[in-house]
This record gives sequence, structure tokens and C-alpha cells, in this order.
Amino acid sequence: MISIQGVSHAIGDKRILNDVTTQIAQGGITALIGPNGAGKSTLLSLIARLEPLQTGRIHVDALEIGACSDQVLAQHLSILPQMADHTPRLTVKELVGFGRYPYNRGRPTAQDDAKVAQALGMFGLNLFADRTLDTLSGGQKQRAHIAMIFAQDTDYVLLDEPLNNLDIAAGRSLMKTLQRMCEDHRKTIVIVLHDINVASRYADQIIAMRDGSVITQGRPAEIVDSALVQDVFETDAPVVTVEGTNLVLM
Amino acid sequence: MNRRLWGLFALLLLSCAFYMLWGVRAPWSFVLPFRGAKLGALILVGCTVSTASLLFQTITQNRILTPSIMGFDALYLLLLSGAVFWLGGMTVAGAPPQIVFLVTASALIIASLLLFGTLMRSVRGDLLRMVLTGIIFGALFRSLTSFLERMIDPNEFAVVQAASFARFTQIETDLLALSAGVSGLALLRCWVIRHRLDVLALGRDTAMSLGEPPRRLELESLILIAILVSVSTALVGPLAFLGLLVLSLARLITPSEKHAILIPSAGLIAAITLVGGQAVMEHVMALSTPLVVVIDLLGGAVFLALLLKGSGR
Repeated sequence: MISIQGVSHAIGDKRILNDVTTQIAQGGITALIGPNGAGKSTLLSLIARLEPLQTGRIHVDALEIGACSDQVLAQHLSILPQMADHTPRLTVKELVGFGRYPYNRGRPTAQDDAKVAQALGMFGLNLFADRTLDTLSGGQKQRAHIAMIFAQDTDYVLLDEPLNNLDIAAGRSLMKTLQRMCEDHRKTIVIVLHDINVASRYADQIIAMRDGSVITQGRPAEIVDSALVQDVFETDAPVVTVEGTNLVLM
Repeated sequence: MNRRLWGLFALLLLSCAFYMLWGVRAPWSFVLPFRGAKLGALILVGCTVSTASLLFQTITQNRILTPSIMGFDALYLLLLSGAVFWLGGMTVAGAPPQIVFLVTASALIIASLLLFGTLMRSVRGDLLRMVLTGIIFGALFRSLTSFLERMIDPNEFAVVQAASFARFTQIETDLLALSAGVSGLALLRCWVIRHRLDVLALGRDTAMSLGEPPRRLELESLILIAILVSVSTALVGPLAFLGLLVLSLARLITPSEKHAILIPSAGLIAAITLVGGQAVMEHVMALSTPLVVVIDLLGGAVFLALLLKGSGR
């Protein structure tokens, strides 16, 4: 469980997060949604210690962010940052191999090689293993990065808007893969999503944020309705239910 | 990959033999120590320049900028001119060169941490702004240096002037033992942290996710860069494009992103370029063209090509 207690964050005079207290249960996909500037990515960065915590405390199980060793935390929690355009000229296999760094500090063992091979197989990357990242498409590159995170073998996986720049096929395949990681490997995935409909379809929990605060939290089937959309996004879009999923009409 | 490194090593031995043994007319007892000291200095400079450039490219995540392009060695010369200006040229020239070197190198470490440590954070990820900042820094340090040089007494100016140009024929061999020790330690440290540098090259956030806090490693790298640049600048003067040239060659000859490959390969290529180039210039061309002109011409062309191709990242 990730527990967030009284977390506030400011950049200069601008307040990004206002006294956020919430809990993210173990297992399944939890989606952070909200309009631009709601503080979703900042909250994710704070959990992943990409930004130093200013006020409040965050615990990942028994580990306290900012107090526990970075190497130990890296064996429990990983983050896929927003994709930078910068891609080092690594092969897919080398990139996935970096996922084992928290365990081997750059000196791979036979066990690490096995984990890397498993990750490559699971994400259908065997054909690309020796190709360099800059020769891959956006979707393939994203898959390679997620395979690296999978090789890191952490209980908690954080993803910051991983659907950016993906077409609908690559996006769906990514969300299904994440679901599979939760079901088969009992991962806890926290994901920042732009599109509330993707969250509604694939997430087990939704945390809706606005202006640096959590507005509401719960199962998508229970909380996604036009009142929520009005509340969080300040627009009066109708909400329909298709195959048990509440969808917001644009 | 390993075979290519051994090939480079063989080529280096060949260049060394060529440099040491070609056209010997004086007694061996004079030639060997005389050329040997210069040979050692050239190899040392090659290793320090290439490793400093590689570390800099890793922490700034681009393939175009090197410490020289960002004005590190110009800053070293500025500090030296400042010392002559405020302390007087006779104090600086009279002091043992080892002391002058240690003081200037320490000043460079502090200055580069202050300047580049803070600036790098604000312009990181924006290649264009980095290039511009580097060019402005370089120009600023060079103009400040020449301003100070104009203010000081012409006799004292001679002290600075000797240091301001790249020179391979008159190398400060007095400093050789000290700088070999200092840069040997710095290079050893670079080798020890090679796996951590590989992780840092993936980007700051990914490095953090893998349990490698980037900030500490970046500061350490900046200190190592300042030490390595001090050594090469003190020994042979500023070398604008050598680092860029040899790193581009290293990535071509040993295509890998691992520092365990790139550190030795770039070091070997730099040493071959300097030793082989200097041997050709001294023994064949009879010193008609300074080696640094050739290196900067080639390196400058590589810089332009990289910039135009837009493959800096």
C-alpha cells in the first residue's frame, strides 16, 4: 500500500499540491486523472522521489520516501517517466538489462539474464532484441521501456502518461499488458492518464484531482458520472454506459 | 568489441614506436628521456581530454558538447590570468609550477561547480540553449582573459601567453609526475563509477527509478571533469575540438553506449591521434603545421556535421 499523508508541494509561489492525504491499495491499476495542472504528475514524481518531498510523508509499504535507501526502494518501486525524445543508441536487450541494475549494480548474473529473457519474451520483443531503440516505432520503444520496468521486478510500478504519442492499437495493447501484469504478477500499477475514458475502461481505482487536491476516489463504475466530470473538468459532458463501462462523450 | 580495443592498442604502440624511434640523430641516452617525457604527456592528455568529454556528454545527455566547447579550459586560463593580475607575474612565474597547477586546478573545480553546476540544471534538455550558453561562456572567459592580459605588465603577460595556446612541441614536462598522479586517480575513479555512469546516461528520472540518485553523481562528475581539464590545459593548453573528434570516432569504431567500452576506446583513439599526429608533424612535416590546427579543423568539421545532422541527442 502507498500511503500519502499531508503532502503539499509548491514551485516558487505556485502551489501545486494542497495537503493531499490518500491511500493507494495494493494490487490492480490505480489511475490519476484530472485537468492539466491538477498536480497528478507532481504527485507521481513525489512518490517516485523524482522531486524532493517538501511537506508531508509518503510510505510505500514500510519504506518511507526520502528516508530509505535508494537502492532498496528501487527493488520495490519503479517509474516510467514521460517519454523524452532522447533515446540513447542502446539495443533493446541492453535497455531491458538495465532493469536489473538495482540488484546487480552493472554486473549481470545468470539469474539476471534469465529475467531479461523472460521480459523480452513477455513483451514480444525477441525479434527486436538486438535492434537499437532509435530504429523502433513509438509503440515498440514504449514496450521496450515497459519491459525494462518489468525486468526490474518491483511490486509497485508508476507510469506518467504512457499513452502519449501512441496510436489506438499500441495504446490498447499497452493497457491490456498492464492489466496482465496486475493479474499474473500481482503488481500494483499507478498511472497518470489524460483520458478519463481509458481510466474508466481499464483502471480498478480512480483518483480524481483538481487544483492540487483529491476530489474523489473509487471504482470507475461507481464514481464516473456527469457530476464528477462537471466537478473535476468543469464541463457538462454526458456520460453513457456501454458494456458496463461509464464513458464520457466528447 | 574487445578485438577492436586490442587493435586500437596495437595501433597506439605502433604510433609510440614511430614517435620514439624515427629519425634519431642524437645519442639514445638523450633522445629516449626527452621524447619519452613528451610521449607520456601526449598519452596523458589524450586520456584526460577524452574521458572529461565523455563524462560531460553523459551528464548533459548530448553528443555535441564537450568541456572545451563549454569554456572549461578558457575558465582555467582566466583563473591563471587572474592570478598573474592580482598576485603579479613574478609571483606566479617564480612559484613552483606544481603549486600554481594545484591552486589553479582547485579554483577551477570550485568555479565549475558554481557555474556549470547551477546552470546545467536550468538549461538541461534544451540543446540549443546549452550550445548558446557554452559559446557565450567561452567568449566571455576568453574576452575577460584578454582584458586582464591587456591590463597587466607586458613582461608579466609573457607568463600567461605561453599557457594560452595549445602546444605539443614545448610541453610542461615539469608537471608530468604530479599531473600523472592526479589524473591517474581521477581516471581510476571514472573507471570505478562506469556502471553508474551508464545508468545516468539513460536520463535523470530513469536513473532515479533504478536507484541511482543523479544529483550526487553529476556533482562528482563535474569535479572529475574539472580535474581532468586542468591537467590537459596545464600540460598543453586549450584543445577546442579534440574531445569531440575522438568521441565521434570512438562511437564509430566501437559502437556501444557502455562506459566500460567508450572510456578505453576514446582514450586510445585520442592518444593515437596525438602521438601519431605529433610524430608525423615532427618527423615528416618538419613542424611546418602545428598539430592542433589539423585537429581543430577536423574536429570543427565533425561539430558542424553533428549540429547540421541534428543527431546531438
